[in-house]
Amino acid sequence: MGTRQFGARVRRSEDADLLRGRGRYVDDIHLPSMLHAYFVRSPHAHALMKGVDMAAARAAQGVAAVLAIEDLPGAMRSARIPTVIALDDGVALRTQHCLARGEVNHVGQPVAVVIARTAALAEDAAAHVAVDYDVLAAVSDARAALAHDAPPVHCDLSGNLAALVANGYGDVEAAFAGAAHVFSDAFWMHRGGGMAMETRAVVAHEDGASGMLTVWSSTQTPHLGQRILAELLARGSDTIRAIAPHVGGGFGPKAPFYPEEAVIPAAALLLGQPVKWTEDRHEHFLSAAQEHDQYWTLAIAVDQSGRILGLRGEMILDAGAFAPWGNVMPNIAAVTLPGPYVVPAYGFAVKVALTNKVATVPVRGAGRPQAVFAMERMLDRVARELSIDRAEVRRRNLIAAEAMPYTRPLVFRDAKPITYQSGDFPRAMHMALASARYDGFKDRQARARAGGRHIGIGIANYVEATGLGPFEGVSVRVLNTGKVAVATGAADQGQGVRTTLAQVIADAIGCRIEDIEVRVGDTGAIAQGVGAFASRQAIIAGSAALMAGEAVRRQIVALAARAFAVEEAEIEVADGVASARGGNRPALSFAALARLAQGEPGAAFAAGQMPGLEHVAYFAPAQASFCNGTHVAEVEVDALTGAVRVLDYCVGHDSGRVINPMIVEGQVQGGVAHGIGNALLEWMRYDETGQPLTTTFADYLLPTATDVPTCRIAHIETPNPLNPLGVTGAGEGGAIPAPAAIVAAIEDALSPYGVRFCEMPLTPERIVAALREAGAYARLAPI
Amino acid sequence: MSEHAVTLTVNGVAHARTIEGRVNLADFLRHTLGLTGTHVGCEHGVCGACTVLVDGRSVRACLMFAVQADGRAVTTVEGLAAADGGLDPLQAAFREHHGLQCGFCTPGMLMTLTEFLRENKTPSAAQVREAIGGNLCRCTGYAGIIAAALAAARRIAADGA
Repeated sequence: MGTRQFGARVRRSEDADLLRGRGRYVDDIHLPSMLHAYFVRSPHAHALMKGVDMAAARAAQGVAAVLAIEDLPGAMRSARIPTVIALDDGVALRTQHCLARGEVNHVGQPVAVVIARTAALAEDAAAHVAVDYDVLAAVSDARAALAHDAPPVHCDLSGNLAALVANGYGDVEAAFAGAAHVFSDAFWMHRGGGMAMETRAVVAHEDGASGMLTVWSSTQTPHLGQRILAELLARGSDTIRAIAPHVGGGFGPKAPFYPEEAVIPAAALLLGQPVKWTEDRHEHFLSAAQEHDQYWTLAIAVDQSGRILGLRGEMILDAGAFAPWGNVMPNIAAVTLPGPYVVPAYGFAVKVALTNKVATVPVRGAGRPQAVFAMERMLDRVARELSIDRAEVRRRNLIAAEAMPYTRPLVFRDAKPITYQSGDFPRAMHMALASARYDGFKDRQARARAGGRHIGIGIANYVEATGLGPFEGVSVRVLNTGKVAVATGAADQGQGVRTTLAQVIADAIGCRIEDIEVRVGDTGAIAQGVGAFASRQAIIAGSAALMAGEAVRRQIVALAARAFAVEEAEIEVADGVASARGGNRPALSFAALARLAQGEPGAAFAAGQMPGLEHVAYFAPAQASFCNGTHVAEVEVDALTGAVRVLDYCVGHDSGRVINPMIVEGQVQGGVAHGIGNALLEWMRYDETGQPLTTTFADYLLPTATDVPTCRIAHIETPNPLNPLGVTGAGEGGAIPAPAAIVAAIEDALSPYGVRFCEMPLTPERIVAALREAGAYARLAPI
Repeated sequence: MSEHAVTLTVNGVAHARTIEGRVNLADFLRHTLGLTGTHVGCEHGVCGACTVLVDGRSVRACLMFAVQADGRAVTTVEGLAAADGGLDPLQAAFREHHGLQCGFCTPGMLMTLTEFLRENKTPSAAQVREAIGGNLCRCTGYAGIIAAALAAARRIAADGA
């Protein structure tokens, strides 16, 4: 029998090409006669466009075309980009036009496109496109945007309140009225961008012979892109092939469909030549979607022993000027906030505010880092006010393992009540605390303080809804070479989807993993697909892979049993060979079986036999799954400079059964790094007129190797009953509790000065300002 | 736009081209020579994805004009593997220790560490962190890269002993 792949640290099949410089990212694609595009973008946060003079640009060297919205085909002249997630009535969020139509609403919005022989010539000519702007007042702060006299973000809207979303259950008033203690705090939280190392890029080409329009895009969702493009071009989706080849990171901002993904194919069709556009990093800061600010106020009611009686709060959510991924964030915040805790009464309301800033989209964790930050900071407050240890106050409020499945009367995006099917929250916290040597920390801290060092520890728990629908599919086909060809609508931006699915299929079908070739992110390979978001692909594509692999195995067994004239129960399949257990153990390889499965011209199949060894399976989850975990961060703060060093980072992580521990640990570690960036560094700043201020990696800081420790990760594997693999998804969990744990640790390190922090990112300037305000420098020894 | 003759070797192969003065080395390698293994992540010298070796020293190819490489020997990620295609010890260690996810920063990491390991035979983890402190990776959180570099150093030392 072959080695079982599920659960093994299988080395990735992706790596061989990537390590040799043989990856094929979109900008690596070169086609004969290919033209290059450069977008003219708005320099203003809000303006009316009185005219676009393209004559000089059209006359410039090497220019093939300059297009504004009136030059685009059909529906693209007037329609906004179709939304993939329908909005409730009354929600005033919207998508963009493919190019600005008379009005620009943020700096960086595409206004026109220049197509030229080279990218440099296109950029040269773009400088000659003269746009006559009538500059309007803009608003960049979500709180200011909701003032009654705020300038409207969109001229056709009377105000900037795009939605009001309330959630809750229980008698919140009574819970607060009867509580021994009530505490409240206000929080500012910011995420910034996904900042994949590969920027966005699109190549489009219509093949004259076949009439097929092929679009390569650095996207998380090629099937959604195909669908939207078909709609905009009024063209059958069977004549559009969307391919996400190697994609250099996604993290959310590559999930929505962008204007450039419509304009580049339109230009290729108009000009009859391939067209390429590769975003530069400056453009990425201006025009790739991000998460913006959130402003929270939260109150918690507890009894004498710190047990939660009620929770209520409000949040202002900065939605930017456009929201191509719908209005999902208020609901995610509301259902995430109570997390792993028993919360008897709960009320939470979100005001969604439009601002003159770039479009918003969920970034890795999708608003959950902020909700977890608010909740965990409140529990730290309870612990301090009631003089209870921070781990103990959490223990008193965690949902017990025996309470699973645990239903909370909140309705999630899948229109089902939140139900935690799996998880052992106290155990996850115990394991993280044990590996962090939490019990000995007070001694470590005392010794450090005696030596003049400020070290602190922080704890954060989270539960994350994962594995969202509607479906994903996998096709499995045995080729005449004996290789197994697999295709899926799941897309890979570094998660190792090819390897993970191959592990599942190798076990299911009975072949060697190196004989499986997986194609991802290609609408030409499988008809239906959704893509990468919500930590969903191991759950949904993984389950579909199991179903398809098992179906093909059944076909192999039936075919071999007929060939050997034995009962199916006599057949075993391993390492790409089917054999009979009895007699002289006849055997047929997958290659021979694949040929046999096609029959002979003129011959008849057995009753019920279908041609080939292939199956397409789609898995549609009944509802969301939930992964969970605990993070414990130990930090040192330089009180004089405000510099923070993460000394140790421990994770108790439950993403159900683990298909590949190496890959899951890589996801957690990478997520923690993202969380460290959100806790300490990443801040996309705008001035009050909506001008972006941080548009390079020298201004917008990403965590480097000297900022991120190697995490110590303990796996807790409580099987998820909602799918046949028992997995719960691992793509985002690492990022979610990290800011809460780190900021808590900073506050703990500086507890002698009584400073409190309710913000992320927490920068050195803010730490120093808080210490100064607290009079800390009078107590610290002079340098 | 003025054109200039450039002669250089890339991964041991001689190339002579006439190019615009404004073409940077990264674009020259990628689009003129078709060596797309060198990646461009920021075009302002921070992310390190475009790192190549010029006469053995690491260089940000986005901050160097191709004409400045005239007469020089350039090594890119395509030049690391053995002639038979086998991964070099550093590349093999990246695979073994999950030092890459999306692979976009990987060529720059490999080139930076190739130079570093040549000069630091027995590095500490802290030294490796410093060495790649100018290369951004958004996927891995760096742990696998550091483990890979340390393992490669041990392997290179063992092979050379």
